Amino acid sequence: MRGVIGIDLGSTTTKAIVLDEDGRVLGRGITNSRSNYDVACAVARNEALIDSRFNLFRSRAAFESVAAGARDGIMQRLELGFRREQYSGQLDDLQAACTEHLTGPRFSKVRDAAQGVLESSFATLRSETRALFSETGARRSNFFRDLAGSRLLEIMEPCCRERSVPFDLMMGLYDKSIIGVENHVPEVTFESNVMCAMGDALEGGSLDDIRSAALRAQLEDVARETLTEACVVGTGYGRARLPFPRENIRSEILCHGLGAHAMFPETRTVLDIGGQDTKAIQVDADGIVESFQMNDRCAAGCGRYLGYIADEMNMGVQDLGPMALRAKTPVKINSTCTVFAGAELRDRLAIGQRREDILGGLHRAMILRAMSLLARSGGIRDEFTFTGGVANNEAAVKALECLVQENYGERHLNISPDSIYTGALGAALFARRHAEGEKEVA
Amino acid sequence: MTAPSVHKEPSMARQKEMISQHFKKLTTAHESGKKVVYTFVPGNLTELMLSFDCLPVHPEINALQSGMRKKSAGYIAEAERHGHSEDVCTYVKCDIGMLKKGNIGPTGEHIPPPDLLLLSYTGCFTFMKWFELLREEYDCPVAMLHVPYQGDGEITDDMREYVIRQLREDVIPKFEEVTGQAFDIDRLKDLLASSARAEDDLVTVLESAKHRPSPIDAYFGGVYYIGPIFTAFRGTREAEAYYRELREEVQERMRVGAGPITPEGPLEKERFRLVVEGPPNWTHFREFWRMFHEEGAVVVASTYTKVGGVYDRGFRHDPDRPFETLAEYCLGCYTNLNLPTRTDMISKYVEDYSADGFLINSIKSCNSFSAGQLLILREVEERTGIPGAFVETDLVDPRYFSASNVKNRLESYFQMLAQKQVQAS
Repeated sequence: MRGVIGIDLGSTTTKAIVLDEDGRVLGRGITNSRSNYDVACAVARNEALIDSRFNLFRSRAAFESVAAGARDGIMQRLELGFRREQYSGQLDDLQAACTEHLTGPRFSKVRDAAQGVLESSFATLRSETRALFSETGARRSNFFRDLAGSRLLEIMEPCCRERSVPFDLMMGLYDKSIIGVENHVPEVTFESNVMCAMGDALEGGSLDDIRSAALRAQLEDVARETLTEACVVGTGYGRARLPFPRENIRSEILCHGLGAHAMFPETRTVLDIGGQDTKAIQVDADGIVESFQMNDRCAAGCGRYLGYIADEMNMGVQDLGPMALRAKTPVKINSTCTVFAGAELRDRLAIGQRREDILGGLHRAMILRAMSLLARSGGIRDEFTFTGGVANNEAAVKALECLVQENYGERHLNISPDSIYTGALGAALFARRHAEGEKEVA
Repeated sequence: MTAPSVHKEPSMARQKEMISQHFKKLTTAHESGKKVVYTFVPGNLTELMLSFDCLPVHPEINALQSGMRKKSAGYIAEAERHGHSEDVCTYVKCDIGMLKKGNIGPTGEHIPPPDLLLLSYTGCFTFMKWFELLREEYDCPVAMLHVPYQGDGEITDDMREYVIRQLREDVIPKFEEVTGQAFDIDRLKDLLASSARAEDDLVTVLESAKHRPSPIDAYFGGVYYIGPIFTAFRGTREAEAYYRELREEVQERMRVGAGPITPEGPLEKERFRLVVEGPPNWTHFREFWRMFHEEGAVVVASTYTKVGGVYDRGFRHDPDRPFETLAEYCLGCYTNLNLPTRTDMISKYVEDYSADGFLINSIKSCNSFSAGQLLILREVEERTGIPGAFVETDLVDPRYFSASNVKNRLESYFQMLAQKQVQAS
């Protein structure tokens, strides 16, 4: 089948969206942007195509005779199984890369012991794979680096002690190896991975052999289906690096405007807070950008600000919002410099202020910066759509709601659970227009 | 590696020669009995200076030249070592740094110390502080011409009289004292008449941008066009010849439907017409210009090219009213205009020059330009219905030019304009 793809190469994550011929979202893919934009772009695109195949399969006729509850269970197990296979393949790559780097001179005295550490650590990591990708497994991220990295180091540390291998050496080995693994595009083995996963997915289900066989046949069919990309449009900070012709590259402003319009057609003002940009965009009834303002010179108050604060507090970035929501009396925090805010944070912790109150103040400070940009762009009109990774942070949303009310009165605030894909969606819509041969837009 | 070749207009060769001759004269000024006057571009009294055979030095021009020649970072660092804060105007720091490092000018020749510091104070408070610093360095007389700010948007008789009185009672006697020459009003009138002729040609050049495609870039190219008339040459035959040549060049391009000549080559296809407010960034001047060239964007009008005289609003030096005309010139410079007047001017440019958009290049260290620019942005957007763009850079501190961020914003802006053009058609 034919589809179009939009790719948003952000400073933190790269997102891709596949639209089918009717303009419906067929699949979404996301990866960390890493140091190599070309790879990030290819990986996000592959992930979106994988997701598309799952969605195609879900819509297949063979599913119709399966009870709704069982259907969801099968799909969940199938996707988890697929991710497990994918993860196992990446673990193999990582171990191979680590083993290869063991040949360096720094390991000359401990090579055998280090080899032992690697083998034993990877064996432990593999033994945890099934639990990690079970329905109850706790996965804080879907990115391989996050999933495998911290756990591998945790396992390695005692191993190193036992075998008298300096842990620093192994950390360096991991760092060097993970970059190599991340910076090559894994071969897409959808068919083999998914067929392996299908066995597990059907196990434990209540399907008879005939239905199971029909589902297998449908899955094989979907796995083999050719997905033709009629057009790919790229956007985002790294767009200049995208391997596309110039006419297939759109600014993130246009893409966020159009994407927000597609999600919420009554949108007139868009606020996007991404990794290093805050954008205030005014759009017309067709999603065409009327004006915009972006942060300039300094990126304090953007997504990376939260990332830095999370590191300072030794927390996961996704845990900041929930903690901030528990603030009783938010404190005032400097928002003009990320690094200074970190210092302020430590000072306030030292004088005994509650983490919740500090984080509450911090989220408000962040949104205050966005408010000034919104004012500069022409204010907040109805409806108001908040996009970007930070829109998933409940405390940021709460601070925004409060400040919008204070400054502009009642406004309808839209936030999509897929807000992080807004730019990619806009890019995909531009790709669709392009593919349909509509009049060239820019 | 060979540097990429730079395309230039023929008149630029003449201008380069004029500047080089001027610096040569400066180097030998004291040997040849000439007096050297340090003064600023906005509200400069060039004709009066020339009537006393003085040679002007413009510290802010030296600073911008140092910026273009990649010398400003070192000069700024030098000034900061002497205690100037990071937030001080970078023109000031660049000049002070250059002075501390031996006062070698942009052509590599030594700039002589001043015989007179002539401060024509027009709208920029920093100028006064700057000359206080220079006064500390040099043991020479100071003439201060206080030019009242056009707070209410007009030049009143009192304001004009106030400036004239200072000219008569303070500035001219200082010149007589320093040069030992008597004031010669006929000579001043001759110079003023010559100025007016060159000013006519300059206005023709600037207004040629109303034509489609515009034969000039009125910002990046514009800063070259204003060079002679804003500095040492207004009132001279050389300036008249330069502007005549420039006008002919521009009119010829207009006749054949050619666009402006940029360092990257002629602009082949005009896609966007812009009005720009604010001074350029000098340290990355060519790179900044290239960002426009690549997108087919041409600046059709700019406010920066009015800092040394707003000629396109009708002002001409008038030999029949020598004192009044000098006073009106100083009072009318762009930096001496209030925010409503600036807003009117930009809005009118957008309309008169059929602009698709307008950009504010906000300069970190230039308070006189930057204060109120967000208000201007909003007002102009409302009046013209055209969205504005806003980027922040600096004059001559290379640390404050973030190329990828500026480019990202400009690209987004141009794509938005393109989308509007498609929608409109």
